[in-house]
Amino acid sequence: MKLDYTLRLADDALIMGHRLGEWCGHGPILEQDIALTNTSLDHLGRARSLYQYAAEQFNQLPTENKIKAFSSVALQETILAGKNLDEDDLAFLRDGWDFRNHLLVEQPNNDWAYTIARSFFYDTFNYYFFSELIHSSDESLAAIAEKSLKEVTYHLRWSSEWVVRLGDGTDESHAKIQYAVDELWMYTGELFVMNETDKETLRQGIGADLNKIQPLWLDRVKAIFEEATLNIPAGKWMQQGGKEGRHSENLGYILAELQFMQRAYPGMEW
Amino acid sequence: MTQQNKNEWPLWEVFIRSKAGLDHKHAGSLHAADAQMAIENARDVYTRRMEGVSIWVVESKNIIASDPGEADSLYEPANDKIYRHPTFYNLPDEVKYM
Repeated sequence: MKLDYTLRLADDALIMGHRLGEWCGHGPILEQDIALTNTSLDHLGRARSLYQYAAEQFNQLPTENKIKAFSSVALQETILAGKNLDEDDLAFLRDGWDFRNHLLVEQPNNDWAYTIARSFFYDTFNYYFFSELIHSSDESLAAIAEKSLKEVTYHLRWSSEWVVRLGDGTDESHAKIQYAVDELWMYTGELFVMNETDKETLRQGIGADLNKIQPLWLDRVKAIFEEATLNIPAGKWMQQGGKEGRHSENLGYILAELQFMQRAYPGMEW
Repeated sequence: MTQQNKNEWPLWEVFIRSKAGLDHKHAGSLHAADAQMAIENARDVYTRRMEGVSIWVVESKNIIASDPGEADSLYEPANDKIYRHPTFYNLPDEVKYM
């Protein structure tokens, strides 16, 4: 359960980091290009710590459990050869349905407003989530949370200001950010769904209580939207599935790009 | 002064203090729509490799610069007045680090 939990956090960080990294060289101006890639590197740094920790947990499992854990033939061959998995194996050789990231983070960049709205929803969640996770009974997760919270505090400040800037900006920028918010809203519900992994890790004092985080998240979103003159979307129906490995087609494209090199040239370094 | 393109964000000058106790030094310039964004852009552009602990930004138009054409009258007169340097004193050995 803890492994599943760790992997979800790692997958969120990797996929979000990858999405923001896609802006590299395409930012509207040099300064914002650098801002996004800096943030991307924060996410990737967190992904590394979490994958390392996940690999450590995985390698202690009995072999029969290891074999059943992931469908990827590349991983199974490594396991059958008696080798330990490392952070790169988990990031580059797992198949899509073994990824546990939220649907929100795999949504495409589309335009600047869309990217900002996605970041804002995720950063707000991360802020309250890691504020809880620093109290985890698991020392490694608590330590990662503590480091992440400093980074995430800045991410939230940055994306909140952009939401206000666009929302309370010109007619065009307002329309674009409101559209993005409306489109992405249905992916925010999954952030607070307590699945089996969440319930079990919470019982063990390892995981965070998402029911506690949801009202905090909503209050912050409402406050920023008010300042930004944006409306909270009326839609109540929420998408979910990412945490169970059921993803949108977006993840397949991300992994095709992200994993191509290691799949085609196993063990390649540069 | 050329007319600022109205579609372009204003230019800001960035000053970074590398560690507590040292002066802020000019690090460079960047574009930003407002002061808040200028601080954040400066943070991302100029301190991501641990270059600083404090940032000042000021809109470039607020910097008043001396005229290079006046260099002769402004700076030349100082060239032959080396007695303004405190190098003619004999320092006792006990005084270190001067």
